[in-house]
Amino acid sequence: MTGCFMGTHQQVKGAIIRYVFFLLAFVSIAILCTILFFLVKEGIPIFGKVSVRDFLCGKYWYPTSDPPDFGILPLIIASLLVTLCSAAVSIPLGVTTAIYLAEIASAKVREIAKPMVELLASLPSVVIGFFGMVVVAPFLQEAFDIPTGLNLFNASLMLAFMSVPTICTISEDAISSVPAELKEASLALGATHWESIVRVILPASLPGVSTAVILGMSRAIGETMVVLMVAGGSAMIPSSVFDPVRPMPASIAAEMGEAPFHSDHYYALFATGMVLFIFTLVFNFIADYISHKHGQVGASTL
Amino acid sequence: MRRRGIQTVMFFLFRTASAINGLALLIIVFFLVKNGWRAINLTFLTRPPIDSMTRGGIFPCIIGTVYLSIGALAIGLPLGIASAIYLNEYARKGVVLRILRFGINNLAGVPSVVFGLFGLAVFVTWMKMGVSILSGALTLGFMTLPVIIGTSEEALRAVPDTYREASLGLGATKWQTIYRVVLPAALPSILTGGILALCRAAGETAAIMFTAAVFYTTRLPRSIFDQVMALPYHIYVLATAGTEIEKTRGLQYGTALVLIALVLGMNIIAIVYRAGLRRKR
Repeated sequence: MTGCFMGTHQQVKGAIIRYVFFLLAFVSIAILCTILFFLVKEGIPIFGKVSVRDFLCGKYWYPTSDPPDFGILPLIIASLLVTLCSAAVSIPLGVTTAIYLAEIASAKVREIAKPMVELLASLPSVVIGFFGMVVVAPFLQEAFDIPTGLNLFNASLMLAFMSVPTICTISEDAISSVPAELKEASLALGATHWESIVRVILPASLPGVSTAVILGMSRAIGETMVVLMVAGGSAMIPSSVFDPVRPMPASIAAEMGEAPFHSDHYYALFATGMVLFIFTLVFNFIADYISHKHGQVGASTL
Repeated sequence: MRRRGIQTVMFFLFRTASAINGLALLIIVFFLVKNGWRAINLTFLTRPPIDSMTRGGIFPCIIGTVYLSIGALAIGLPLGIASAIYLNEYARKGVVLRILRFGINNLAGVPSVVFGLFGLAVFVTWMKMGVSILSGALTLGFMTLPVIIGTSEEALRAVPDTYREASLGLGATKWQTIYRVVLPAALPSILTGGILALCRAAGETAAIMFTAAVFYTTRLPRSIFDQVMALPYHIYVLATAGTEIEKTRGLQYGTALVLIALVLGMNIIAIVYRAGLRRKR
């Protein structure tokens, strides 16, 4: 009788504990929803003043002039351009480093090179921004004879080094998890190690590598301090890579301190945050889709 | 022969690419050390800034950063470990797990400045906590949550199933097994992840700009409802907003050097410790 009672007591206790953990795990989702809710709540009022179309496609961002202009097209273009330009550097660099670490490097080299990448990832963004400002900008100004070293090019370069670790770490995981049988089969057929990497290992790990690339770009588009300090801050649509730009995060960070509480400018900045959030959400959706739809090629699918 | 040649050339290129990453790290550290070490002395580390922040030290910033990052960890670590326990020990494959993972992945991708907006709207304004350590720590804690969940889950996954089976076989309940067997075995790796999250919080700027940090304050924080100065924000302020940006260059380098010494130092400890754990296993 007692034993039976103890049993149900234990079961109830177990169920409660399980439920508590379930709720705690859902905090992440709750936070994500709260973020979305408050971005919308604080951002929506601007659309009473400016239409969604004028907000997204307006070419002029002069939030403090009279009458103010709330067009974030230059900010969106700036964000996309820094992300694409940084990807042009970070993708080749990140993926080759991943291949090197997973396939080519000896165990000894890997033991030093991997922590290097992790340490690069741990550098605070404000420090990289500071470095871009005081070291890279004067150098660029002199080397290319341009009016300012704080521009699209500099910001993209700094951002590239912030997204390389993301791309590299996730790609390396994908490449290392390609079954050894595939590589061995290729080598046994007479292919060189290089040919096996390009024709067999890389295609097999492509979903993982693509996910890595997208997450790296998502990191670059959301990165704030680097673009705030290094991109130059001019809210114009650039005509060359050496023009100063003002990506969305930079605009939010620079202006939120001065925007009066619940003013149009404040609402507009929250709406910009909403657009930025949607961009990263789309990147994540794509990454999630690729990694689920095209799961890693494994021995079982051969 | 030609095929071997191609391989040699390509492998050389790959090696160079990897070297560039290490080089980038070394160059940044080199410049900060070269230009910053002269600024560092006892006064710099133990005194507040004076003369409108053109001289003096960064003591309040160090204190602020320590409070904020420890506060963030105090919020992120328990929540993160609990989430990881649910994901790895309780959850079964299915829609719920898929939604949870999707949510956590997306939370990890939220830009830091958006977390700043979130903190401003929710903690500072709506919950009326004001610009304070508490608002900043909550914002940073939620921001580092995905990192902690990720590393904790990995740590739990590395505990062999035989441990769980042995414990359950001896008549322990699921919770007793988790609490007495699985968690202790995973704890060292979880704490390593905690250190990494602490570093991330310590270096973060955009998330505390509107929630916790101020330009300058004469007094040290006395409660969690006070505003603070913080190292990353101090670097940003000195480098961009001061009237004498050139004059304070030395201080800027010095502050940046202190910050990366803190962050890289803790990271290296975590990496070395983790390597030791792996070897033991």
